[in-house]
Amino acid sequence: MPLRNFDIEMQLLIEAIYLKYHFDFRSYARSSLKRRLTAALGRLGCTTLSQLQDRILHEPTSFTALLDYLTVQVSDMFRDPSYFRSIREKIVPILRTYPSLKIWIAGCSTGEEVYSLAILLREESLLERSLIYATDINAQALEQAQAGIYEAERVPGFTENHRKSGAHTSLSDYYTAAYGKAVFDKSLRRHIVFSDHSLATDSVFAEVQLVSCRNVLIYFNRDLQDRALGLFSDALCHKGFLGLGSKESLRFSRHSRSFADFAHLDRLYQRQDGP
Amino acid sequence: MSMIENSNGRFDAIVIGASAGGVEAIAALLPALSPQLQAAVFIVIHQPRERPSLLVDILKDRCVLPVQEAQDKEMVQRGRVYVAPPDYHLLLDTGPQLALSVDEPVEYSRPSIDVLFESAADLYAERLLGIILTGGNQDGAAGLAAVHREGGTTIVQSPEDAQIPHMPEAALKRHPADYVLPLEQMTRLLHTLDRSTT
Repeated sequence: MPLRNFDIEMQLLIEAIYLKYHFDFRSYARSSLKRRLTAALGRLGCTTLSQLQDRILHEPTSFTALLDYLTVQVSDMFRDPSYFRSIREKIVPILRTYPSLKIWIAGCSTGEEVYSLAILLREESLLERSLIYATDINAQALEQAQAGIYEAERVPGFTENHRKSGAHTSLSDYYTAAYGKAVFDKSLRRHIVFSDHSLATDSVFAEVQLVSCRNVLIYFNRDLQDRALGLFSDALCHKGFLGLGSKESLRFSRHSRSFADFAHLDRLYQRQDGP
Repeated sequence: MSMIENSNGRFDAIVIGASAGGVEAIAALLPALSPQLQAAVFIVIHQPRERPSLLVDILKDRCVLPVQEAQDKEMVQRGRVYVAPPDYHLLLDTGPQLALSVDEPVEYSRPSIDVLFESAADLYAERLLGIILTGGNQDGAAGLAAVHREGGTTIVQSPEDAQIPHMPEAALKRHPADYVLPLEQMTRLLHTLDRSTT
């Protein structure tokens, strides 16, 4: 079947973004990218991707707007509570044996998962000796993550998830509500470093005991998934842990033998000496 | 109905969308599928997010074809039934390959019928059969219109036959379907796909 205009334009646009702004979407899963680009077209007032390409090449501010459509991922705090329960019950006892902890949350977007883990670590009295690296490719999302401010209407859902994660404190201990917003405690942030990092183009920056990267890999094609998993494998210490999204797995990856199942249903894996 | 009756191997894919009352409706349709079916089948049923997916187990018993939950990046096989997991959109990529996403809900729904149908229409064009069944919202209307736009065949459950008529009505309002049928006739029609007439 001949290529459709949209597919041709999409490929050209992705190349243009890479050449001009060094954001690499060339190995993203096409179907989701296509949906997001279609949504962006309407919102940015363009009728074709060629028009959009012209716009983003000549107006960097338009690119910033487009980047939000392409990358921002709204998550919940303690999304999939059983994931956090598993970390709390099965991984925390092992993390306790380390004098200091480094944790990498890759693709943190607007930070919901970062605060979830920070709160969990505080509840388990581990936060004081921990450093969390929270990385994303979208600078604006990172700023929002750093601010730690969420709409108050989302808090009941967060609270319910937090409770189900086996919490022994109340989520309200960690935020103040004001003007329809919940502002998360600054003291959590002392243990978090927010930083720009691309799983497509950057390399490993630290040795860590836990990597959490959930619902990021599903947006990548298999090659890029492999690249990202290779980074995680290199970043993790011996017997370190990797957590993925509930529908992600290592099944199709060439790194699958570098990891052993640790809590299968919650997609938690442990680094082992691989080939 | 002769158009479909004489069309063995005409479809590479069948997409089915349903909401309220959908499990029963799909459980009624699946037994009609031939073990020689040449198409892959993709199903979105709106479900509560928390429920562990019993859906696959329920549908498995109703169908001679293998039924499974859709896995990200898995290659599509003909004659197999793929069910979207709760809380994820199901899309199709070139390959054809399954893709999942946690993009925002569409019409308050994730998985969304529109998302599946639009990406399937894009990939399979005229070799796609789209079916909208019972349901209480309008997810699927835009998706079925996309199936039609790309040259695919469309079937909508007759609203008076649907447990909840809103979804079929919304789909028909958006675009008239090739077939508007009660479940029983739809079953008969699906029964004719990829079966030798001898």
